[in-house]
Amino acid sequence: MTSPGDGEARHHILSVLVENKAGVLARVAGLFSRRGFNIFSLAVAPTDDERFSRLTIVVDVESAPLEQIVQQLDKLVNVVSISQLAPEAAVERELVLATVEVDAAHRGEIIELIGVFRGEVVNVGPDRLTVMLADDPDTVDDFERLLGGYRIVELQRTGRVALPKLKYAD
Amino acid sequence: MKLTGAQALIKSLETQGVEVMFGLPGGAILPVYDPILDSSIRHVLVRHEQGAGHMAEGYAMVTGRAGVAMVTSGPGATNVVTPLSNAYMDSTPLVVITGQVATSAIGSDAFQECDITGVTMGITKHNWLVKRAEDIPRTVAAAFHVATTGRPGPVLVDLPKDVSNAEMDWYWPTSEADLDLPGYHPRTEGDPAAIAEAVELMLAAERPVLYVGGGVLKARAAGALLELAERTGFPVVTTLMARGAFPDSHPLCLGMPGMHGNYTAVTAMQRADLLVSLGARFDDRVTGRVSAFAPSAKVIHVDIDPAEIGKVRVPEVGIVGDCQRVVERLVAGLEAAGLAHDAAAVRTDTGAKARPGSRAADRPARDAWWAQLRAWQQEFPLHYEDGAGDTLKPQMVVEALRDLSSPDTVVVAGVGQHQMWASQYWRFEHPYTWVNSGGAGTMGFAVPAAIGAKVGRPEKTVWAIDGDGCFQMTAQELVTAAAERIPVKVAILNNAYLGMVRQWQEMFYAERYSEVYLSPDLPDYVKWAEAMGCVGFRADSPEEVGPAIEKANAIDDRPVVVDFRTDAFEKVFPMVPAGGSNDDIVVHPAQSPNRPAR
Ligand SMILES: Cc1ncc(C[n+]2csc(CCOP(=O)(O)OP(=O)(O)O)c2C)c(N)n1
Ligand SMILES: [Mg+2]
Repeated sequence: MTSPGDGEARHHILSVLVENKAGVLARVAGLFSRRGFNIFSLAVAPTDDERFSRLTIVVDVESAPLEQIVQQLDKLVNVVSISQLAPEAAVERELVLATVEVDAAHRGEIIELIGVFRGEVVNVGPDRLTVMLADDPDTVDDFERLLGGYRIVELQRTGRVALPKLKYAD
Repeated sequence: MKLTGAQALIKSLETQGVEVMFGLPGGAILPVYDPILDSSIRHVLVRHEQGAGHMAEGYAMVTGRAGVAMVTSGPGATNVVTPLSNAYMDSTPLVVITGQVATSAIGSDAFQECDITGVTMGITKHNWLVKRAEDIPRTVAAAFHVATTGRPGPVLVDLPKDVSNAEMDWYWPTSEADLDLPGYHPRTEGDPAAIAEAVELMLAAERPVLYVGGGVLKARAAGALLELAERTGFPVVTTLMARGAFPDSHPLCLGMPGMHGNYTAVTAMQRADLLVSLGARFDDRVTGRVSAFAPSAKVIHVDIDPAEIGKVRVPEVGIVGDCQRVVERLVAGLEAAGLAHDAAAVRTDTGAKARPGSRAADRPARDAWWAQLRAWQQEFPLHYEDGAGDTLKPQMVVEALRDLSSPDTVVVAGVGQHQMWASQYWRFEHPYTWVNSGGAGTMGFAVPAAIGAKVGRPEKTVWAIDGDGCFQMTAQELVTAAAERIPVKVAILNNAYLGMVRQWQEMFYAERYSEVYLSPDLPDYVKWAEAMGCVGFRADSPEEVGPAIEKANAIDDRPVVVDFRTDAFEKVFPMVPAGGSNDDIVVHPAQSPNRPAR
């Protein structure tokens, strides 16, 4: 379930520490658009140090060489540091929330499915369920595909966050 | 000491050592214009804010210091967008201060509100919206630091009116740490291992070329470059942005490469086995079609901007660092390999004699390469044909200007054919004597940039060589020059056309001329010059050129405009057609029959 999917080699993860200042996200997004680099997904969050935020950017390295993307990004004055994470050297997680339509007859089946994935039911309505899964992106892909067997009312993914895999020496 | 934000801004500029700024006031910047009355800083009142930006660029390009422009919010700020973009392309250090509506009104579409930090995000090295008066000194210091260090460039500081009016306690940041720039660390020292590799490639080269770009001027590395060239005996090409970084009269100098470069400079790069790129960026105007550029060359790429290395051409050796430092290290590396300084060999093709028994003693001879270069120079010098009868050739005007002016004259160009002729036919002997718009190609650059250059170097003669089309875009700044007693000289190469575009339509659009005719007489440039407080006169024929230039050179109490009526149909040669390979360089038709088969 965790083996990279087909287009996966095109993607590379950049973990970018930026100053927590107004407009920084616009600077990063503007750089990508004016240089013709493609963003596959983007997650932004504060860090434990309130002066900085962390962007986890999954970039499409077919739109431009990774090195060029990193060097241009690094020129932004508000970008403090960039770590490049090759997919195989990173632990990645992504969260999906989905509301699916499910009648009473199928409710047991879908709850079982969620159990297999170790997801959660986070909200229950008369004929709908909202479910959640946080896992590596490929597993989230599989989960989404299986949910596709039901009627998905709404689905939201966060984009991935990643940290380097620990080596035994660490 | 309590100051208003406006006073703090002016005091910050003074503390930063600013001697002059170019600008024009308006509502949002009004508070800042009051303390200017009491300041030591000279303010030059422009007639259009674009002029302020280009003046600041001209000033920066000849002095190496940041140029400063100040404008109001909204339209004042958007008028300075073109110079910011121009400065960004040419890595010119500028600090532009814009007024902004009060912080409480930001986002409300207030009168003269414009999100100028948003607009200029992609054409500044960085910009700041200052929200508290106490941030002003730190922000100004950071702005100058960012503009002038690393790869220089323009920055913008947007100052809301209420912040200018608010009170703060004066301070001045004393260290880099106070600037609050945790993500800004330009690298200046080249990696020693890469420098050592570069030295090896240089020792092994048979057909080397030193490819010199504007970064050499930014790094004030002309002296170091001369040393490198003379030690190695390598030929030097200077790009449009680097004219003057190496003397044109030096035997090792091949002149300008690129779309309108000379045959030898262009072809030397094409046939080279080693390009040593110093502060150049493999611009499309230099490389032609990239896939066909210098196909057999290994590349050493030295640049202070890591993103330039490998952006267009992947080098064999990339060195991130300041050109001056890196070139000095290269010289030291060559010295260690046995290439000592050799006074007798400087200015010759061979370079220094290597110490017997040293590694450098084994380096391949480059005689065959030099013989080839000299043969090309013989066969394909820059060329134009004298006009029939009274026809005045624009190249002849540039040559006359060159011959009748001192070699340290600062030459400023607009954009078009006249710019190329100025770069080709002037003889640049000193750094910082050439000011032009390279990366952006901004028509209208010359007049205001010349004014800024003259303010920066009042002791030098400043000649703008301008086109009739360009002149009409920013000529009103000559009113500024006359009012402020800034005696620049403007030579209009008046060919009655948007000549460069006319040339492309002639060559690539089957002579279908669309919207390029201007008229030689409308406007009347002489009367216009006079109306602006300048001296104006005209030269129609070759005989009138010399006396007109001498008359202009003798005037030093006000600006002068000379309307040279030049041949409307002259074209710039050589030319590499856009998108074509440099191998397909088109020389002057009179030289074409001699062209060797490849
Ligand atoms: C602001 C701007 N608009 C348009 C152009 C396109 N352009 C490049 S050269 C040129 C003609 C310039 O005419 P002129 O100043 O008379 O110079 P010439 O080529 O005739 O010497 C034009 C329109 C430009 N470079 N800049
Ligand atoms: Mg013209």
